[in-house]
Amino acid sequence: MEPILRGRNLVKRYGKVTALDHCDFELMPGEILAVIGDNGAGKSTLIKALSGAVIPDEGTVELDGKPVNFHSPIDAREAGIETVYQTLAMSPALSIADNMFMGRELRKPGWRGQFLRQLDRSRMEEVAREKLNELGLMTIQNINQAVETLSGGQRQGVAVARAAAFGSKVIILDEPTAALGVKESRRVLELIQDVRSRGIPIILISHNMPHVFEVADRIHVHRLGKRLCVIDPKQHEMSDAVAYMTGAKEPDPELSAA
Amino acid sequence: MSTPQSYEAAVAGSPDKVAEFDHGPQSFIQKFQHALHVTPSLVPLIVLVMSIVIFGLLLGSKFFSPFAMTLILQQVGIVGIVACAQSLVILTAGIDLSVGAIMVLSSVVMGQFTFRYGVPPVMGVAFGLLCGLLCGYINGWLVAKMKLPPFIVTLGMWQIVLASNFLYSANETIRSQEIAEKAAFLQFFGEKFKVGGAVFTYGVIFMIALVLILAYVLRHTAWGRHVYAVGDDKEAAELSGVNTDKVLISVYMLSGLICAFAGWALIGRIGSVSPTSGQLANIESITAVVIGGISLFGGRGSVLGTFFGALIVGVFTLGLRLLGADAQWTYLLIGVLIIAAVAVDQWIRKVSV
Repeated sequence: MEPILRGRNLVKRYGKVTALDHCDFELMPGEILAVIGDNGAGKSTLIKALSGAVIPDEGTVELDGKPVNFHSPIDAREAGIETVYQTLAMSPALSIADNMFMGRELRKPGWRGQFLRQLDRSRMEEVAREKLNELGLMTIQNINQAVETLSGGQRQGVAVARAAAFGSKVIILDEPTAALGVKESRRVLELIQDVRSRGIPIILISHNMPHVFEVADRIHVHRLGKRLCVIDPKQHEMSDAVAYMTGAKEPDPELSAA
Repeated sequence: MSTPQSYEAAVAGSPDKVAEFDHGPQSFIQKFQHALHVTPSLVPLIVLVMSIVIFGLLLGSKFFSPFAMTLILQQVGIVGIVACAQSLVILTAGIDLSVGAIMVLSSVVMGQFTFRYGVPPVMGVAFGLLCGLLCGYINGWLVAKMKLPPFIVTLGMWQIVLASNFLYSANETIRSQEIAEKAAFLQFFGEKFKVGGAVFTYGVIFMIALVLILAYVLRHTAWGRHVYAVGDDKEAAELSGVNTDKVLISVYMLSGLICAFAGWALIGRIGSVSPTSGQLANIESITAVVIGGISLFGGRGSVLGTFFGALIVGVFTLGLRLLGADAQWTYLLIGVLIIAAVAVDQWIRKVSV
């Protein structure tokens, strides 16, 4: 099977620091791939290179087997790759509906949309409400509420809903449960599985080993700027994964070849 | 694989309700604070109405007449237009110190092109508008592409534009009679018409139309939402797919263009083309914006608030003059208003929901 998203030989240097050192990456269709690694291993840079936020110095990114050249997150989004950043990338003073449609607003049909470029508020609100309901975020009473008035979990929910609503090829989630409580984390994990069941593959970056081992199909272990190995959570213990990513243990050579 | 972690099983029996808090009886103050949070232009509107009522009570019909009311509109006309430009820039968390200089240079270009090069007045005006647009583009390009702080960029441009203005015009004023004779089109915005006792100029009409158009654009178009998003959190806007460079450049260009229109209105207001006029426009426009409740940190406020802010200054100026007070009282009170407006802004921000 061909990977849907593939990075080959990716290199990214910041001055003297090499954040990505000839790194490979593969995401198979329909899977949840977790990316784990110690702080400073270069996970974020890898994800940014795949989502267009960073332009790699060397190497290629392929989507559906075709090389792509993303110059900005907008390019990646247009290609169907949605990212939920750890910072969530939302404008606090604007409403939930405004935030969900930021950068891809719907205009009214007819002359008001064409000549006055008027936004179709009611359609956007309707779609936003629908998407939030799908994710069981009914606790949000008012879709015109400013995002700054939401709790951390609710904000995360809105950001994930935005990605799920528009991501057609790949969804990237950067630490989606880091700021959440027990129940909210559970809901986000359910949501991740829900998105996968629709056939959309997910890249999940997380430090939470129990969460990673629960939902991931494969685990990409990142160390010192490159892929150390890819492991199957069913055949490995959490302690193995932690040992690999911190360098306490070397993986079998056959794993590294994967 | 999908068995929840064992510690999570303990959660199973917990009630499904999300945390609810006893808000207690919401006091009038809390409700008021909430209303202000949702509609930031309410504060300057209340202050405006109150100041009109107070001056009306003190001065009677001398102040409370269509003539005096429309006189205020005429007096705030130029500052009102420039403040619209300033509002746009401040909403993106920037500041434009060069608005006054761009306004004066544009008016000088309009006058000099018409009188020195003999182009038709309509073309002269067009060149003036182009000049404002170009100055705005330089500001926007430096802010967006070179990533320089707006304060520094526009501080520099203020000096550059003002010096160009004096060099180009050779410090020479084009007299009012001359303009009225040969190029009355330049004074178009100064033309008056009466409705009952009320006196309007086209400049005033332009200002009101501009405020309404900008209010619509900022609220109901994607570009308007992007202006707020850029001011709120530029990085977030960028990541969620807004072309922030384009938004910033377009904002500064539009600001420059509006300033050029203000330059045209300035010719109508003072009659002549003078390179030394309008020196205080940048400070006065920032004053109107701040009193109008737009946050200097960007992303919050409305252009309607700015309009009310400009009117408040106009009401105080005329009201105190009619009362026979020393002009310094006006400045003193406006200073108090500025500080009060920012204090209110901080208070409103404290409330969530």
